[in-house]
Amino acid sequence: MEVNEKIALDHGLKTEEYKKICDLLERTPNLTELGIFSAMWNEHCSYKSSRLHLKKLPTKGKKVIQGPGENAGVIDIEDGDAIVFKIESHNHPSFIEPYQGAATGVGGIMRDVFTMGARPIANLNSIHFGSPQHKKTKNLLRGVVHGIGGYGNCMGVPTIAGQTSFDSSYNGNILVNAMTLGLVKKNKIFYSKAAGLNKPVIYVGSKTGRDGIHGASMASASFDEKIEEKKPTVQVGDPFTEKLLLEACLELMAGDSIIAIQDMGAAGLTSSSIEMASKGNLGIEINLNKVPCRETKMTPYEIMLSESQERMLIVLENGKEEKAKKIFDKWNLDFAVIGKTTNSKNIELFFDNERVANIPVNTLVENSPMYNRKWKKSKPPKKNKIKKETLNKLKIKDVLKKVLSNQNICSKEWIWQQYDHTVMGDTIQKPGGDSGVVRIHGTNKAVAASVDSSAVYCWAHPLTGGKQIVAESWRNLISVGAKPIAITNCLNFGSPENEDNMGEFVECVQGIGEASKYLNFPVVSGNVSFYNQTKDVGIKPTPSIGGVGLIIDYKKMVTMDFKEKDNLVLAIGKTEGHIDQSLFARSILDEKNGPPPEVNLFNEKNNGETLLHIIENDYIKSAHDISLGGLLTAVSKMCIKGNKGIKFKKFKNFINEIEYFFSEDQGRYIIEIKPEDLKKVRNILDKNSVHHEEIGTIIDNEMIINEKTKVTIDELRSYNTNWLNEYMK
Amino acid sequence: MKSSVITFPGSNCDRDMDVALKKFGFKNEMVWHDDNELPKSDLVVLPGGFSYGDYLRCGSMAAKSKIMQSVINFAKSGGLVMGICNGFQILVEAGLVPGVLLRNKYLEFICKNVFVKINNKDNPYFKNSDKDVFEFHIAHNEGNYFCTNDQLKEIEDNNQVAIYYCSNNGKTEETFNPNGSLNNIAGIFNKEKNVLGMMPHPERMIDKSLSGEDGSLFFKNLINNIK
Repeated sequence: MEVNEKIALDHGLKTEEYKKICDLLERTPNLTELGIFSAMWNEHCSYKSSRLHLKKLPTKGKKVIQGPGENAGVIDIEDGDAIVFKIESHNHPSFIEPYQGAATGVGGIMRDVFTMGARPIANLNSIHFGSPQHKKTKNLLRGVVHGIGGYGNCMGVPTIAGQTSFDSSYNGNILVNAMTLGLVKKNKIFYSKAAGLNKPVIYVGSKTGRDGIHGASMASASFDEKIEEKKPTVQVGDPFTEKLLLEACLELMAGDSIIAIQDMGAAGLTSSSIEMASKGNLGIEINLNKVPCRETKMTPYEIMLSESQERMLIVLENGKEEKAKKIFDKWNLDFAVIGKTTNSKNIELFFDNERVANIPVNTLVENSPMYNRKWKKSKPPKKNKIKKETLNKLKIKDVLKKVLSNQNICSKEWIWQQYDHTVMGDTIQKPGGDSGVVRIHGTNKAVAASVDSSAVYCWAHPLTGGKQIVAESWRNLISVGAKPIAITNCLNFGSPENEDNMGEFVECVQGIGEASKYLNFPVVSGNVSFYNQTKDVGIKPTPSIGGVGLIIDYKKMVTMDFKEKDNLVLAIGKTEGHIDQSLFARSILDEKNGPPPEVNLFNEKNNGETLLHIIENDYIKSAHDISLGGLLTAVSKMCIKGNKGIKFKKFKNFINEIEYFFSEDQGRYIIEIKPEDLKKVRNILDKNSVHHEEIGTIIDNEMIINEKTKVTIDELRSYNTNWLNEYMK
Repeated sequence: MKSSVITFPGSNCDRDMDVALKKFGFKNEMVWHDDNELPKSDLVVLPGGFSYGDYLRCGSMAAKSKIMQSVINFAKSGGLVMGICNGFQILVEAGLVPGVLLRNKYLEFICKNVFVKINNKDNPYFKNSDKDVFEFHIAHNEGNYFCTNDQLKEIEDNNQVAIYYCSNNGKTEETFNPNGSLNNIAGIFNKEKNVLGMMPHPERMIDKSLSGEDGSLFFKNLINNIK
């Protein structure tokens, strides 16, 4: 077939991009070559709209071993140990086929981590669905949860934390972001940079089939009514094979045979081979007849663009082929020498003794398009004037009931009970807390991880929203007693070709950058997912932040459940009564306008570091950060988890009681301390100028809010747990 | 005391079991599914996981693997064989314990703590146990035990039920049944009580920082009983 502009456009390329390809090659590409260009130049693989802005993120730090640009980021956790981690989106496929879409998302991110030599030790996820009333939501939720569980459970990697939200902006585009942490020795990290000439290029893992062809291109386009037709572009996962691949790769990695290794993820064999060659400034030659295929008569085009899962590409040292093959034979996996590194600096493909493609590697990578897209600066929204009478009419208990049972606050146990969160025997904080925590096997150390997003804040004011998520991630780590180290981000947005959506992206990234720089909480890996939109309507901007922190002595880990009667409860950080964009304002007052709460980075840093210091001194019995739903929601969750009550002190704040209890001011935590430690804790807080107030005392089984309002813990629990269980029945 | 843990392709609780056995004093060895002979052992464990992906019936492929003939011979000669979760499914498929394990009643994977009541202490696994009710941890998709009425009668007549799902104080009512298993059965023995299959994972509860410590009691008791 003769390639022409129309065929190029059908591949998702733009007219000017097609022209550029012809110019770079000084000829018309053939169909296989065009397919390779389209796979490398789509938004998902080339980051053509985002690169310019991502460069501004802080990516360096004392603990950073590897920042963005590799399969995943790597941080130092002392004693020669390192954590490899990354978050990645699998949004488009999960909407089309929720089980397989979510499952392969989990499989893909785990592969990114073990490609670097790390054994995965924890999975997390951030999943977002349309309105609960929307006809597709329930099935999508069930499918995604089954898919995440189906893959992670079979791999034997615990899923330790996550986040789920519902918002009508996701009705036509759900979000599935999967994150994995892996453990590796600092001196045994593997990279994707090829080196040396005439080194064998090895294909291992599953056979290549026709599934997932053009998956990455599909993920780089908006949805329309014909979306069902895209089902064949969704990959099919096989977690069993991935488990074998994991064990086989780690076994091979224990030796010294590997020069470079890269998993075949988006754009499969194409992007993995090109990436290795590009990083090593080498050429690569592949004989496509040698690629193990699942189906007969696969064409070079199909082989190169297949996104079949559970495959890896390895550049081996010469003479190590036999030894390596033995390992893969033992695990019943395909192993084939399919090519070699060359000095041509081209990717050359052969099929049936003919050269079917010959492209300079740099045209695909360095010369890939980069756009400085137009974007619109957002205006800070005006503050709402909420009438005092409106608030005074409300009964606290009614509001609390509605807030605790709101779909975005309620307990997500129905979800995480379907994830194996205890396999590997090191999970010391399960889902449902501020962060999940796993021990570093056989040591006293533990790592904490959390995943967060605040689409509503980002939608109201992207810059503030971007900062807020980083701050919230930081707080979630502090709350369990972990020292925050670094983050990974998954940036889910609408179309970059729309100025409003692009503006949201640019300003969210700016906010993330500012906060991560100030908190010394660098971004070490991440992924961008654009085109989360159906026709012209994009999702609310939803950057997800995955934060990782270290606990030096896991016995000092803090949990959020109230521990003991008569202990005192303190609120750290000042409650100013910011109601706009709070869950209360949006769901009870039905007020959707106004600015999100301000983020004061000085306070965030100071409050967090001071709290960590108090934790290190063993004064904290329980802690929880205050976020969505405000102070009373945070305290309620601590009551429910600890099966204890609280008697609030007489209220003497100048703001309205509702504002006090449900506002979402940032930089705040609730802590529990022993009465005899009050003075010492106060001293530390005062010395560091951290605002704090004593809000109550722990009692047996009810929450006494004021003289007129009491709620039993059982009531609180039923408000909080019933919604999702009932919804999924 | 020597133990062996079999690793099948897709086993994923083999390391956890190895850690637990060693912690309580076993000299444990990992055994590959494709080997012919078991090393000399006082206890053989089939661990949890998804052997062969559980793509066919759970445990059915593993039950036919090379090492299993040796495991079956070891069991028939009175050796102690314990199957946990997927290991239980393999035991059922290998015919070493009666019955089958169906998909959970509500068709969902369940990972949580449950209580189990020991039904029979006249065996090497639970003999001398101070407690009658253990808090254990389950994590499975196919733990819904089922057998025919005749089999059930035989199992009960022989006192082959090892543990029942129950409340924290030992009530074996349907409300406390997490997966729909027949009569709340969580684990069973063979006729001779040297083979035990159960869904809960004691190896995940060997430390107070984890889900609980009743697994420690189980293993301590087990090693004392076979010393």
